Amino acid sequence: MAVGNNETMSRQAEQLVEYIPRLRRYACALIRDRERAEDLLQDTLTRALDRLSLWRRGTDMRAWLFTIMHNLHVNALRRDGRRPDILSLQCDGVLEPRACGKADQQAGLDDIAAALQQLPEEQRAVVLLVSLEGLSYRQTAKVLGIKTGTVMSRLHRGRERLRLCLNGSQESAPGLRRVK
Amino acid sequence: MNRPPDGVSDQELHAFLDGELSPRRRLAVEARLAADPALAARLREYRLLGERLHARYDTVLTEPVSMPPYSRRRFRPMLAQAAALALLVLVAGALGWQLKARSGEPQEFAELVQPAAFAHRVYATDRHYPVEIPAVDRDSLDRWVSQRMHTELRAPDLSGQGLKLIGGRLLPSTNRMAAQFMYEDVNGNRLTIYIRRITDFPGVANFRYREQERLHLFYWIDQSMGYAVVGEQPATQLIAVANAVHHAMRIGEKQ
Repeated sequence: MAVGNNETMSRQAEQLVEYIPRLRRYACALIRDRERAEDLLQDTLTRALDRLSLWRRGTDMRAWLFTIMHNLHVNALRRDGRRPDILSLQCDGVLEPRACGKADQQAGLDDIAAALQQLPEEQRAVVLLVSLEGLSYRQTAKVLGIKTGTVMSRLHRGRERLRLCLNGSQESAPGLRRVK
Repeated sequence: MNRPPDGVSDQELHAFLDGELSPRRRLAVEARLAADPALAARLREYRLLGERLHARYDTVLTEPVSMPPYSRRRFRPMLAQAAALALLVLVAGALGWQLKARSGEPQEFAELVQPAAFAHRVYATDRHYPVEIPAVDRDSLDRWVSQRMHTELRAPDLSGQGLKLIGGRLLPSTNRMAAQFMYEDVNGNRLTIYIRRITDFPGVANFRYREQERLHLFYWIDQSMGYAVVGEQPATQLIAVANAVHHAMRIGEKQ
């Protein structure tokens, strides 16, 4: 029994190692502070390895890993919410989280990172899982524990806000209500 | 969903972009896009967002798999480092490794990693004479290496990993001799195992991973011998090879 079990575990661990770069990419986009993103990644991997035996074979390991990361992230935000000193660092220098400042309008790769910070947490997660990680709406809904319809509305609101931020435009598309 | 009679709802536009639309609605959206430049422009901007996200974050994908590549730590540094080490311990544990977590890398590892990477670069690229003793003389190879290394040493059989032994060689090291075994997969990609004596290190097996330019290295120390598995193969493949080598060396000791 032990041999077969070890082999299975070893294959699963290999599979897990394969997903590390993508988990790190998601964490870095989700959390602008690199150290905190790295902490989230390490916590996720530790948790995942701990629970590897609970992962059901034949199911999507990537979605499972993103679910673990999401839950840890939400827990961390809740925990930090009680500690204002940490909370203020979350904004990472963005003074007006809701405004599209001049800095966001400058060309360059870091724009998109700054613009992402303007999004509410739940919209950012949806946009990143769909646009960056290429998850389907169904997978995204499962990872975040929400309905597919909610994924779609958050995706629209999130992308629209990003688009406006990056364009530096204050007007919405024709026939579109500006989402605040 | 607020779809106008002849139009396309916001959510449908996203679903179109993300390939989540039924074929029938896809055609309808395509027709609408052709007739509505503003809508088409908005779609382009949504698509561009994805491209910008990839341009900004895809560089992260090529970073080393295990240890964080930065040293600047402001928050709970001990905890984060402990988590990183715990990860290695757990990965290794899942793979059946025996190891002991240590913080910081002892000097002994530098004497293992640098020469192992160097020897790989020098000999694995040599198409004509990559080894001193070819695999056909395997018995002589094992005998010679064991004799000069003052320990029983056999080139491990890695056929289970899809690797064929090419042969091996002896190399000078700061502590007597070092040995290098070279393998090749069906596509001609080479992989080397570097072994040297490390006397000052307690008999625990440490398991570590490092990337050096294009080379990936898994290395450990066991019973005063240092081992490094070196190749350009993906880390996921090397970890399986390293596991097999570790296993083979352990069995070899018992015989």
